[in-house]
Amino acid sequence: MNVAVVRFPGSNCDDDAFHVVGRVMGQPVRFAWHKESSLGAADAVVLPGGFSYGDYLRAGAMAANSPIMGAVKEFAEKGGPVLAICNGYQIACEAGLLDGALTRNASLHFECRDVHLAVEGKPTPFTRAIPAGRVLRIPIAHAEGRFVHPNIEQLEKEGRVVFRYVDSAGGTNDAANPNGSMANIAGTCNARGNVVGLMPHPERAAELILGSDDGKMLFASLIGETGRRV
Amino acid sequence: MSAAATKKEPEITEALAKEHGLSPDEFRRVHDILGRAPSYTELGIFSVMWSEHCSYKSSRLHLRNLPTSGPRVIQGPGENAGVVDIGDGQAVIFKMESHNHPSFIEPYQGAATGVGGILRDVFTMGARPVACLDSLRFGRPDHPKTRHLVEGVVAGIAGYGNAFGVPTVGGEVYFDASYDGNILVNAMAVGLARTDKIFYGKAKGLGNPVLYFGAKTGRDGIHGATMASAEFDEESESKRPTVQVGDPFTEKLLLEACLELMSSDVLVGIQDMGAAGLTSSSVEMAARAGNGIELDLDKVPRRETNMTAYECMLSESQERMLAVVHAGREAEALAIFAKWDLDAAVVGRVTDTGKIVVKEGGKVRAEIAVGPLAEGLRYERPFARPASLDAERALDVAKLPVPKDLGVTLTTLLASPNIASKEWVYRQYDHMVRVGTVVRPGADAAVIRVLDGAEDPARAKGLALTADCNSRFCALDPYEGARLAVAEGYRNISTVGAEPLAITDCLNFGNPERPEVMWQLVEAVRGLGDACRALETPVVSGNVSLYNETEGRAIKPTPTIGTVGLMPIAADAVGVGFEEGCTVALLGVNTDEIGGSEYLDRVHGKQAGVPPRLDTTREVAVGTACRNLVQAKLVRSAHDCSEGGLAVTLAESCIQPARAGAASVGVTIKLDEPLRADLLLFGEAPSRIVISFPPEREAEVRAMAVRYGAPFEVIGATGGRRLQIYQQSTRVVDVPVDELTRAWQGGFRAVVS
Repeated sequence: MNVAVVRFPGSNCDDDAFHVVGRVMGQPVRFAWHKESSLGAADAVVLPGGFSYGDYLRAGAMAANSPIMGAVKEFAEKGGPVLAICNGYQIACEAGLLDGALTRNASLHFECRDVHLAVEGKPTPFTRAIPAGRVLRIPIAHAEGRFVHPNIEQLEKEGRVVFRYVDSAGGTNDAANPNGSMANIAGTCNARGNVVGLMPHPERAAELILGSDDGKMLFASLIGETGRRV
Repeated sequence: MSAAATKKEPEITEALAKEHGLSPDEFRRVHDILGRAPSYTELGIFSVMWSEHCSYKSSRLHLRNLPTSGPRVIQGPGENAGVVDIGDGQAVIFKMESHNHPSFIEPYQGAATGVGGILRDVFTMGARPVACLDSLRFGRPDHPKTRHLVEGVVAGIAGYGNAFGVPTVGGEVYFDASYDGNILVNAMAVGLARTDKIFYGKAKGLGNPVLYFGAKTGRDGIHGATMASAEFDEESESKRPTVQVGDPFTEKLLLEACLELMSSDVLVGIQDMGAAGLTSSSVEMAARAGNGIELDLDKVPRRETNMTAYECMLSESQERMLAVVHAGREAEALAIFAKWDLDAAVVGRVTDTGKIVVKEGGKVRAEIAVGPLAEGLRYERPFARPASLDAERALDVAKLPVPKDLGVTLTTLLASPNIASKEWVYRQYDHMVRVGTVVRPGADAAVIRVLDGAEDPARAKGLALTADCNSRFCALDPYEGARLAVAEGYRNISTVGAEPLAITDCLNFGNPERPEVMWQLVEAVRGLGDACRALETPVVSGNVSLYNETEGRAIKPTPTIGTVGLMPIAADAVGVGFEEGCTVALLGVNTDEIGGSEYLDRVHGKQAGVPPRLDTTREVAVGTACRNLVQAKLVRSAHDCSEGGLAVTLAESCIQPARAGAASVGVTIKLDEPLRADLLLFGEAPSRIVISFPPEREAEVRAMAVRYGAPFEVIGATGGRRLQIYQQSTRVVDVPVDELTRAWQGGFRAVVS
């Protein structure tokens, strides 16, 4: 499957996503430049982490308005799978691809460490193949990851909470919440389920040499997905 | 005539020269070189080029005795950074540099721009930065400024490095009263390049155009290099406007643009604008090539109006580069800068005059031969051993009471901010970006894998990285202290399983015009050279930071050593954590040396004695044995002995889980040495590494230790939930691991909350 990794000025996990899709998963992958207005032939899109435009206005706000995002929205509207990681999640929220906002961590500090995630909600291209009840260990690295939303209940009811911060045994509690997110939410999807955003970095946990390969399941799920579609 | 040129310039007098940090003698030399009085712009150029920071005038005479070459060294000191061959057509490029004074005045921006500056030094040579380390020293934990400085510096390093996208994987944090009024922020950057794509700061090729690119020039940072070359006093706070402001976003664009430019064939030479900005970059590039440079300041992109030639030449605005490209290829270079939305302009050309000529508003504002400017000055400053040293060292160990409960002493040491977990710090640093971090912060050395060129990402080779110095040892004996710092770096690299390759040094001292401070510098450099020769780790880059003192009180001499090592397979590296059911052994020999130890300071309130003896032959034997044991996969953990001695090493191996998510494990240790128990447990003798391995591998482990000449002794076994240490048949320590963990995890937080 052809995967396009969007490269914004200030993206810094673009190479990492490229590495995992290309070398770890063995899929054709290329970069899509922010000044382009077309994605070309792509079966899936990754909005990678980083500090697009320095995050100077508001994390993700400037990138949400770059030319390539028009093409990403069009792709998403047609049901194309989009994985928005960290700054990519912030961009997706700013661009209206996903609801909610990512605000300053409750600790007021940048937090870089492993967290545990429960996988929930409706099936998505990135989570369909993850066994039920499986707790994932994946790192976070952000200063603005506190998820807020005006109607969490609605979000929950529609099965759009995809990832939740939990402890290693799968329990939801404050101690397991690294940034003060409402309802421990770490990742969400759109109504259709094809756009998934999350603050943790699955691409940093896709190889055992880095301590965990739980994140690989998101990419494996995606590849299985298109396999099935074909 | 431009608006700037209409500004009235001050009269050039000896007093004005003095304000610029030039002595009457130096001012006379300026006259001699020019054959006339300098212009205001020229005075400014001389003052920054001849500052201690840029010219190394006090230290150069001594630095030349350092070993700087070796079979793997591609480029030693004198360029933007050192370059070392790591095989497969690849090189590691690295350097450490201080940003002490700016960080004390404005901790966030001072630390941030320190990181930005050292990153540019590395990528200007063609390397993509793959890791940063930061060695930080603050005043005593309860000093009213300390908390604010710690928070600001850590946030500044995080703010810059995280946004730029380089993992910050290691370093050190120490507290000592001698840094109350002068903290140390030493930043180290490490990059990777192809050996056939290394770029130097040389302005070669007559007539070639000189390009400026990056951020616009403003008035920030004017005279930063001069500030870095003066002592602190009450008025230093008013120098805040001389601290620059960093923009990691522009730096990231600058990196990508540089690497793209370097992958084309248009580039001749390149250098970043660091201290002394446009002045030092143009003068040094011309000097290295034996050429001249002519600059037209009207072409320099500016963000402020009415800037004078003086201001343009001395600005230390960040994120700027100077490049020489092949004549006729300017448009290709400018297209790359436009792609990355960077300001760029052709601002001059390479000449054969051997002079730097600065034009502005149609007039020549400066015209100086680059030779004497770049060579700077060389002082043979007098030095003398301080008369008070013997009194400071005096220590009667027999008069030190032995603590009643050594378990309590151990807990106290684990909670010392100098020993306690630095998780509060490194959690604020993105230490995982670039998917290379195989051994994360908290171990003896960080290990990152080299993905480029790796056939199998899971078996990629690795770089091991560490930054080390024990300034208490250096204060008591700068020669031995510097040797011990080099040895600790060597040991930390060996402990994770890597081969030490080379070092970078960041030499932080007080005012060299005082003979006792100069003596510390001379002795430390001598120790550095001797240790580097013995351990075969040449010095490939570095930085000297002098005048680190406030109102006449100097910091402890602090020669920080950054060491880089190579691992054939990064994934083979071991951590410090014990696992259940292993045999524990010591490589090395325990002693009762206690001088300059954390125990002596923390428990007895004394910084006295002499540092422990270092036998470099034993250090090599222990390090080589450990490295080979790790690479042969015979050991499951390795952790060296440093601050807090053997007991703290054992405790840390108990506390830290062998793997993420694993439980911590206790240990039972039996020691036979007939030494005083507190000295045996907490003495800081070097050349010791505690290893653990499955019991059935003992014969093989012993055989390998013997093969490399390392003293080897089985001292215990892991298991249970307590740390128990017996000396002969007496139980001297018995503490639950959970209690040790609480002390170790809470000790640093107490400083910042």
